[in-house]
Amino acid sequence: MTVLAQLQQSCASVWSVVRELSGDDAYERYLQHQALAHPHEQPLERAAFFKAEQHRKWEGVRRCC
Amino acid sequence: MTTTTASNHAVTRYLLWPLVALAGAAALGGIAFNRGETINSLWLIVAAVCIYALGYRFYSAFIAAKVLSLDATRATPAERLADGRDFIPTNRWIVFGHHFAAIAGPGPLVGPTLAAQFGYLPGTLWILIGAVFGGCVQDFVSLFCSLRRNGRSLGQMARDELGVIGGAAALIGVLAIMIILIAVLGLVVVNAMRHSPWATSTVAATIPIAMLIGLYMRNLRPGRVIEGSLIGFALLMLAVFGGGWVDTSSLRSLFDYDGPALALMIVVYGFIAAVLPVWLLLAPRDYLSTFMKLGTIIALAIAIVILRPQIQMPALTQFIDGTGPVFGGKVFPFVFITIACGAISGFHALIASGTTPKLLMNEKDARFIGYGAMIMESFVAIMAMIAACVLEPGIYFAINSPAGIVGAEAVKAVATVSSWGFPVTVEQMQTLATQMGETSLFARTGGAPSLAVGLASIFGSAFGNSLLAVWYHFAIMFEALFILTTVDAGTRVARFMLQDMFGNVFPAMGRTSWYPSVFICSALVVAGWGYFLYNGTIDPLGGINSLWPLFGIANQMLAAIALCVATAIIIKSGKLRYAWVTAAPLVWLVIVTTAAAWEKLFSPELRIGFLVHADDLAAQIASGKLTGAAVAQTDRLIFNDRLDAALTAFFLLVSWIVVIETARICLAFVQGRRCPAVTETPYQATQLMEG
Repeated sequence: MTVLAQLQQSCASVWSVVRELSGDDAYERYLQHQALAHPHEQPLERAAFFKAEQHRKWEGVRRCC
Repeated sequence: MTTTTASNHAVTRYLLWPLVALAGAAALGGIAFNRGETINSLWLIVAAVCIYALGYRFYSAFIAAKVLSLDATRATPAERLADGRDFIPTNRWIVFGHHFAAIAGPGPLVGPTLAAQFGYLPGTLWILIGAVFGGCVQDFVSLFCSLRRNGRSLGQMARDELGVIGGAAALIGVLAIMIILIAVLGLVVVNAMRHSPWATSTVAATIPIAMLIGLYMRNLRPGRVIEGSLIGFALLMLAVFGGGWVDTSSLRSLFDYDGPALALMIVVYGFIAAVLPVWLLLAPRDYLSTFMKLGTIIALAIAIVILRPQIQMPALTQFIDGTGPVFGGKVFPFVFITIACGAISGFHALIASGTTPKLLMNEKDARFIGYGAMIMESFVAIMAMIAACVLEPGIYFAINSPAGIVGAEAVKAVATVSSWGFPVTVEQMQTLATQMGETSLFARTGGAPSLAVGLASIFGSAFGNSLLAVWYHFAIMFEALFILTTVDAGTRVARFMLQDMFGNVFPAMGRTSWYPSVFICSALVVAGWGYFLYNGTIDPLGGINSLWPLFGIANQMLAAIALCVATAIIIKSGKLRYAWVTAAPLVWLVIVTTAAAWEKLFSPELRIGFLVHADDLAAQIASGKLTGAAVAQTDRLIFNDRLDAALTAFFLLVSWIVVIETARICLAFVQGRRCPAVTETPYQATQLMEG
């Protein structure tokens, strides 16, 4: 039982690292930041956030040779 | 409990590092004493890993403590300016992943493959020594400087620390390197696709696949990037197999083109990709190429460690005298500019300043991320070197030598290569081509095809030989995927810089989303690299011979600029006695770049000196030996040679201006005269406490 729980836990932590590395959880992190830093503002919708995010991320030096 | 930990520490302190040093020395000794017979690639891996470990453990610790005085209590820009978007305090492993993915492109794969013509030793030594004392230091110090300046870019720091002249030189340098970089990488892809319907159709399929994933991640399932990437990966694999089907079907002729035609297609593609919105093509393909890149690099590392293939290439070949077929030039200085990424790459300074510093949670992480990620990239270069050197040398040279050197006929080519002492037969090359699903592998210059053959044979022996052709085209697709990403990302960056420059004169041109400005500036950038790319495909010496050294010189020039900025900052921070840490690699780079540029300009060898080659062609026209279309083509080659010479001279001039400016400013500081003051964001204590 505990082994299973441990396994589950380590799988979950690997998964969260993969999500953070790939930017899959960017929206959740954005919501967290907004709730902490600007609690009175209405946060962007998921689709709108992703549009803005993509524009910001790929307009500039991002990749090397 | 405490005693165990303490004794563990003692073991680490007194035993581990001497053991690492011993293992490294043994591996290097193994390489040194096994000269003249084939050695196992594991020796190279062990030597590399030990040198990296020692460099990281001791040299980077020295730089962190003494030279830069990293301060864990100092708040980073990510903490002070946190906005949830650009500035985000992020776990160091995550930042490491982002930073590594950003710095590792096709460069460390192509450079070592080309430099393998000197034998495995010169390139390997330069990759190891250059990384530990040059490249890793540059990345680390650039990251640190930007970190202490709110994440300012290299160009901005150059302007602040070296004044207007240094700043302008850095800006123009970046623009020039972009143009040459895109042209030479475009040429690498073109040479891999030339008369290869399988490769061409697979690479072509990556474009609609990326668009499909772009639509998926934007409209169907916004922001689900893992899902989208997995679907994209499955589709890319289908495209690799589909290409094999196209190759045997009646569609074959639709994807069968020669070099110049493919070059024009890449030019048209580059323009369209640069004006399309980022979400449709660039962003989704960047996800796909990052996934593929990390996956393939890890798979290659595992395969090499499991298989431990024998190195077939000698330690040194006779081509260190400058007569090499892959590119002309002696081992000094040309090995040092051929391998840029993997040893030291100026381009990294652009990533290490600007993007990465905005994510660091703690200043101490700069060592792990700046120095550590470059070690990883250097290791990728070592693996590329191994992949090139496990091929039979005869095969390596038959693939990588342009037809202008060894002859266009298969019989003539194998005779030339065999006469160098690297036996190879027509049947051998034909069997290999058939195995790889190609009609011919002769004169496939640029490094990508021979790397793909190396990868395919390594993967083939690890996972079964029946799929060799699939592995080969998988490797081509994988290289093309991120070269195309560099093509449109680079075009965009150069476009922004051009818009910024024009914006100073005509404000409307500076508006980055104003369509006339977008079209004009994109067209100018594409025309710039397209010109070099197209002419590379019609060059009888194979294009790579003139373009790759030009790229190497430009990249090392950018590294010199980054090291100038770093040296000025170290001296102006009152650390004159540690300035050698960046000044020593700087002096070395200035020596090799100047020597290489000088040879490219004034060498009397036809394949090295641009000017003497132009004069030779002019003499051919004057003698009346050429007629009709040949005269027009030769005129064009003459013009190209002179243009390449002018560009080389320009690179040389820009780097010397920056070096002299830096020396002047540092001297002024040391003598207490007026100079631009050192800019550093004032200290602020961190509130983030790591658990």
